[in-house]
Amino acid sequence: MSGIEAVAALQDPMRRRLYEYVAAQDHEVSRNEAAAAVGAQRTLAAFHLDKLVDAGLLDAVFRRLTERTGPGAGRPAKLYRPAPGEHAVSIPPRDYRTPAGLLAEAAEAAGLDREAQEAAARYGRELGAALPRRPGLDEVAALLRARGYEPYLEEREEAAGGPVLRMRNCPFRALSDRFPPLVCGMNVALIEGLLAGTTGLRARMDARPDRCCAVVEAAGGRAAPHPPVGESKNNRT
Amino acid sequence: MSGRHLAQFNVATQRLPLDDPRMADFVALLEPINALADRSPGFVWRLIGADGDDATSVRPCGDDVVVNFSVWESRQALWDFAYRSGHLDVMRRRREWFHRPGGAHLVLWWIPAGHIPSVDEAVERLRLLRADGPSPRAFTFRDFYDPDASPPPVKISPRRDPALG
Repeated sequence: MSGIEAVAALQDPMRRRLYEYVAAQDHEVSRNEAAAAVGAQRTLAAFHLDKLVDAGLLDAVFRRLTERTGPGAGRPAKLYRPAPGEHAVSIPPRDYRTPAGLLAEAAEAAGLDREAQEAAARYGRELGAALPRRPGLDEVAALLRARGYEPYLEEREEAAGGPVLRMRNCPFRALSDRFPPLVCGMNVALIEGLLAGTTGLRARMDARPDRCCAVVEAAGGRAAPHPPVGESKNNRT
Repeated sequence: MSGRHLAQFNVATQRLPLDDPRMADFVALLEPINALADRSPGFVWRLIGADGDDATSVRPCGDDVVVNFSVWESRQALWDFAYRSGHLDVMRRRREWFHRPGGAHLVLWWIPAGHIPSVDEAVERLRLLRADGPSPRAFTFRDFYDPDASPPPVKISPRRDPALG
C-alpha cells in the first residue's frame, strides 16, 4: 500500500477520527468501543475500521474478550490496533530520511553526541518560546501533541513526584531504532530545551519499551540524576 | 529461542582514570545499572571481575579499555535493557567518559544456552567482526543474524524504507 493511498484513506472525517482514537489507546480496540468513541453506528464504524486495515493503517486481530472457551464462548472479537509501518507522502518526491540516516551514521562514528544534543537543545528552546513562563503539563502536552509525540498523563502519587507526562509515539522512530543513544539523547535534549525558559517542570529520560524515551514532570520532586545537557555552558534563565 | 542465548561484548576507551572526579558519575552508576541488568527480563549472565561487583577490573583490551560482557535470552531482552531502560540514560552521556570508538565496539553472537563464554572468546568475536564485517559468527544490532541462520544466513535489513511507497 503506497503512502498516498494510506493518506487518502484518512480523508474521510469519520475514518480519521477512528484512526486517531485507536492510535491513542494503549489497548486493542473493539468495534463497539470505537463506534461509541466516535458516536457512530457499529456497522458503519466497522466498515471504516476495515477500510483502515485495507489501507495499512490499522492491524486487525481476533481475540476472545472473555476467559470462556469451548461451546458457548462465542466468536472471538475483531480488535484493532495501529499498524507498525510508517507512511509518508511528499509531492514532489523528497527523501529526507536517507540523508538523516547517513548524517546520524556519520555523527555516531565521529562521536558527536554532545554536539547533536546541543543543537537539539537550541532548537527546543526556539520551540519552547511558545510556552508561558510557568506552563502546566497540559500546555506542554499540547505542544508535544502537535509535534506527533502522542502524550498522555499518567497519574502518580504526590510523594513520587505527582502526575507524569509520557509519550506513546517516538516521532524519530526510524532513526532512534538504529542509533538509540545518539537520537534519544537528542530527543531528551530537545524537550529539555523546550522547557529551558520555563519554571516548574522538567524533562528527564525514562526509556521504556514502546514509549518515547522522555517524560515531563514537576521539577523538584526527586533530584535529577544529572544536570541537563548544556547546563554547564549555557546559563538558563 | 530455547537452546540459544545471545552473548554481547563491548569495549570503550576511557578518557580519564576511573578515580578522576570527572568519571565519578560513571563510577557511581555502575552499581545501580548492573543491578538493573541483573533483574531485567531475559538476563542470563554478566562478567564480574575478581574484585568488586562489576567488570571494570577485567582489562583484556588495554589498561584504559573497560569491557562489558553479558548473556541474554533473546535480542529483545538485550535491546530492552540496553536501549529501553535506565541504561540508555547512561549511554547518552558516553562521550563525557569515553573516546569515540575507532572501529566496531559492540559484538553479538549466539551461544548454546548454559555455556558461559570466556573473555578470550569475546575478544576473538570482536576481532572477527572488525576483520570480516558482520557474519553469523559475529554481528551487531544493525546487522543482526537469527540464531538458526547457520546455512544461508537470514539478514534482517535495518533499512526498510516504506516512505515513498
